[in-house]
Amino acid sequence: MLYSEKVMDHFANPRNVGEIENADGVGEVGNAKCGDIMRMYLKIEGDTIVDVKFKTFGCGAAVATSSMATELIKGKKIEEAMKLTNKAVVEALDGLPAVKLHCSVLAEEAIKAALNDYYTKKGIKMPGLETPCSGCCEGCCSHE
Amino acid sequence: MSRFVYADNAATTKMDKDVFEIMIKSLEEDYGNPSSIYKKGRDAKVLIEKARKQVADGIGAKESEIIFTSGGSESDNYAIKGIAKAKANKGKHIISSKIEHHAVLHTLEALSKEGYEITYLDVLENGIIDIEELKKAIREDTILITIMFANNEIGTIQPVEEIGKIARENKIIFHTDAVQAVGHVKVDVNEMNIDMLSMSAHKFGGPKGVGALYIKSGIKPENFIFGGAQERGKRAGTENTASIIAMGAAIEKITSEMEKNTIKVQAMRDKLIDTILEKIPYTRLNGDREKRLPGNVNISFRFIEGESLLLMLDLKGICASSGSACTSGSLDPSHVLLSIGLPHEIAHGSLRLSINHENTMEDVEYILEVLPQVVERLREMSPLYDEINKKG
Repeated sequence: MLYSEKVMDHFANPRNVGEIENADGVGEVGNAKCGDIMRMYLKIEGDTIVDVKFKTFGCGAAVATSSMATELIKGKKIEEAMKLTNKAVVEALDGLPAVKLHCSVLAEEAIKAALNDYYTKKGIKMPGLETPCSGCCEGCCSHE
Repeated sequence: MSRFVYADNAATTKMDKDVFEIMIKSLEEDYGNPSSIYKKGRDAKVLIEKARKQVADGIGAKESEIIFTSGGSESDNYAIKGIAKAKANKGKHIISSKIEHHAVLHTLEALSKEGYEITYLDVLENGIIDIEELKKAIREDTILITIMFANNEIGTIQPVEEIGKIARENKIIFHTDAVQAVGHVKVDVNEMNIDMLSMSAHKFGGPKGVGALYIKSGIKPENFIFGGAQERGKRAGTENTASIIAMGAAIEKITSEMEKNTIKVQAMRDKLIDTILEKIPYTRLNGDREKRLPGNVNISFRFIEGESLLLMLDLKGICASSGSACTSGSLDPSHVLLSIGLPHEIAHGSLRLSINHENTMEDVEYILEVLPQVVERLREMSPLYDEINKKG
């Protein structure tokens, strides 16, 4: 299995690793049994994501997609972040092996879960964010 | 300090330098078809027969009991399918274990679709089968017991001699996949009551694409490849002369140096195991501590995933292997690690280092310098490690 140079770069030098204290939104998807867990922390000011950090347990692709996804939404409006697709993450990484596409789905879901947490704390129900996937189904890959 | 450390010798070995030179010379010179009547062909035939003797000597067999194949997988397929077909009139029950190599497991799966019944023995936590369970599994219609000599992932060595004895007492054929054992631990087919044995040259300094199947005199599996009269008609196809000659040279060399190698390799293995378990918290050794291949280290690191670990080690010049789902290409981690009772999340974080006599203590020191840093780095990234630290 071959990873692109971009994937290897984001794996070897992941951006935005860590956590944010008193984050405005925290989302976690996946489970240890399947070998992938992603947790995203968001700092939101107004309608802008001013900071984002992640912690990931998983394979090289899981780390790289987490890193790339955080890069793609950092400094962006919430509205834009909500539109982030796993496909965009994959493209930004110059592709992923087919068996690793579910990792990109996890990254998308982790961001949505964090945004959902942000809105839930504010008492707002935001459509399209409610059900982060468990991160453990082969079916996930069909999101692509 | 950066260096290159090859620590995946259970996957394949670098060719031995002497063996390599023998093979290159043979590729150039021994091109005659060994079945041909003229001297160029006859000479090649003589060299193949010399290699056959070398391979036979390596496991205490007779030359006439060795069939050259394309490697371990073919030998396993040949042995299992060959006996299944030849003995179908006696019965269709086969006993194996849950931790076999896929070359055995998938062959058995294919047979089960043809009406054969397979009993897969569980293994104990140390990866060794329970002899009592084996005895209980034997039936009137059992035709074959196939249990590996030593496991490729966790290095566990099975009580082969005892299994063979039980098979003999019950007049059942005993085949063992000894791909990981030959050249690394003593193998004697007579002392160990082995009827059939698979081996592969590239696991002991020989080339890839060549192996052998030992078939005890009197045992007659159905022929595997039909065609010409090569390998006494049992396995047709023009011989892979240079590879066979190299395999003979490789087994002769490695078995003659086994005692010396074992002392060296075991010392390196023990240093790796002891230091890793002592220095890095939340680790466990997989497989038996004593009944273990001299070069096998298999350790699980909690809170991290194996593929990430391998990639990080690779960036530091270290080649290793893992039983995580991501490296197995499926959603489940290694069947071997699950069979010894590891939960999925711990199996995902496994690392196999397999060293041999070509490694040095400097390699070991380097691994021991790099590995704790890499594990710590991945753990700092892991949300699971977080939770443990916060709990205290």
